Amino acid sequence: MEWINEESTVLDLGCGKGDLLSLLIEKKRVNAQGIEIDQHAIQQCIIKGLNVLQEDIDSGLSDYSEKSLDYVILNQTFQQVKKPAFVLREALRISRKTIVGFPNFLHFSSRLKMCFGGKVPVTKSLPYKWYDTPNLHFFSIADFIEYCKTKEIKIEEKVIISKNKKVKLFPNVLGEIGLFLLSK
Amino acid sequence: MITAIHQLKNIKTKQFTFAFPPNEFILESGKKLGPITIVYETYGELNKEKTNAILVAHALSGDAHAGSHPNDNIVGWWDNLIGPGKFIDTNKFFVICSNVIGGCSGSTGPSSINPKTKREYATDFPIISIGDIVNVQKKLIDHLNIDKLLSVIGGSMGGMQVLQWMVAYPEKIKSAIPVATTMKHTPQQIAFNEVGRQAIISDPNWKKGQYYDSKIPVKGLALARMIGHITYMSDDSMKTKFGRRYKLNKENNKFGAEFEVEGYLHYRGDSFVKRFDPNSYLYITKAMNYFNIQNGKRLGSIFKGLKAKVLVISFKSDWLYPAQQSQKIVKACKLANVKTTYCDINSNYGHDAFLLEVIEEGQIIKHFLNSVLSND
Repeated sequence: MEWINEESTVLDLGCGKGDLLSLLIEKKRVNAQGIEIDQHAIQQCIIKGLNVLQEDIDSGLSDYSEKSLDYVILNQTFQQVKKPAFVLREALRISRKTIVGFPNFLHFSSRLKMCFGGKVPVTKSLPYKWYDTPNLHFFSIADFIEYCKTKEIKIEEKVIISKNKKVKLFPNVLGEIGLFLLSK
Repeated sequence: MITAIHQLKNIKTKQFTFAFPPNEFILESGKKLGPITIVYETYGELNKEKTNAILVAHALSGDAHAGSHPNDNIVGWWDNLIGPGKFIDTNKFFVICSNVIGGCSGSTGPSSINPKTKREYATDFPIISIGDIVNVQKKLIDHLNIDKLLSVIGGSMGGMQVLQWMVAYPEKIKSAIPVATTMKHTPQQIAFNEVGRQAIISDPNWKKGQYYDSKIPVKGLALARMIGHITYMSDDSMKTKFGRRYKLNKENNKFGAEFEVEGYLHYRGDSFVKRFDPNSYLYITKAMNYFNIQNGKRLGSIFKGLKAKVLVISFKSDWLYPAQQSQKIVKACKLANVKTTYCDINSNYGHDAFLLEVIEEGQIIKHFLNSVLSND
């Protein structure tokens, strides 16, 4: 939220019911556009008066030109797309800054459940069973940082969150959710 | 012969006549037409500020009777959408629907009397375009003293009119809802219309359009309508509706209608000829085929500068105006930085979904209109 400038242009990929975008419009008066695939979520967005397009992010963002938007947001969407590398590359291409938020698969509660429970973890930030999860990719905060390094993606800011508080120590173990402000 | 006009007499249809000679209306082709009568209906009340008016544009075979008034003997073609408390709520909005020029349900068309000859225009009627249809609608809106429409809504050919409004009168609309439509016909869409026209033209009763005081080319028109109906449905909706079932009263000859689907098409064809003028069918399908909102322009410049909010709707099983064509409209809007919402609604009904899938479609339109209204 603090990362986003007043009256900027924001594209939220996988905007769900549009809660974040409505908040950004209210607090930052942004020029907002959402993309969502689920028809019922779209209806909720329309109720909120948002501009939303029913599209599949995996098929690309080719309609947008280079750096045509201030921010692209991939909040809890990134781990659910089929081609995360492609989607992130596209997001970075069309935006000045890209914000990515995802659940840390290697939070200690997950590690405990895996090591001692012998089962795929179900936690607060990963609430799904293995057979009905929308999450297609499982990775940790460390994995993501490493990925950004290899792809020469600049991490401008990062916040690691657990129980709605910022985590300073051992983020890869104690962090539930990672939020990154990226540019390229 | 066109009973819709008689039926419409029981309905609260209004008329507006303008462009009396020598001040005829100039069509896009440069030809003159006048006087022009446009028949329209309204639902709900126009507010004092005149900010709650919505124009509804009808499709190929539609008319001004979109909604219904108490005591109407026929229900309007979008009655399940328009009315008090309905999705397009006439307690809130003032809804206007007019019959297109070139049509046959009251507005000036080939079956109207040509003041010069005192006979029906028939094929002396000039070729009209979607642009002409919209320019005439604009005259009506001016006549009603409405400066800016809250929205223009329409499906299929009605959607073409919406797109035309977005380009021709961008300052005069606060929002636009093109449904199941296209910026221009593909060769396949042109071809279907051509087959329909050829069916009419090859009917011996057509006689180059001069049939008004003799037998009407009903066979040709019915055949055109049958072809049309195949394209309005989907394979799935036909399977659900008819399967391979036989109809109850088989006709007593080898090649009469046997299957239910055949009976349905015959019924549709036969009922259409009672309310539609074959020459109007020729003129209106021509207008659809000529329609090309892009008109050589770059995709990004079509809607450039448009301030109106746009809601584009398509239906998943529509193969006559498939979703890709709506997505092209969305793309053009995006490139022009137009505030756009797009929804591809799940439906099995095919192109007819815009008339039948009313709950999903209606909800979306309702919420969208409310957001436009509250944007003041």
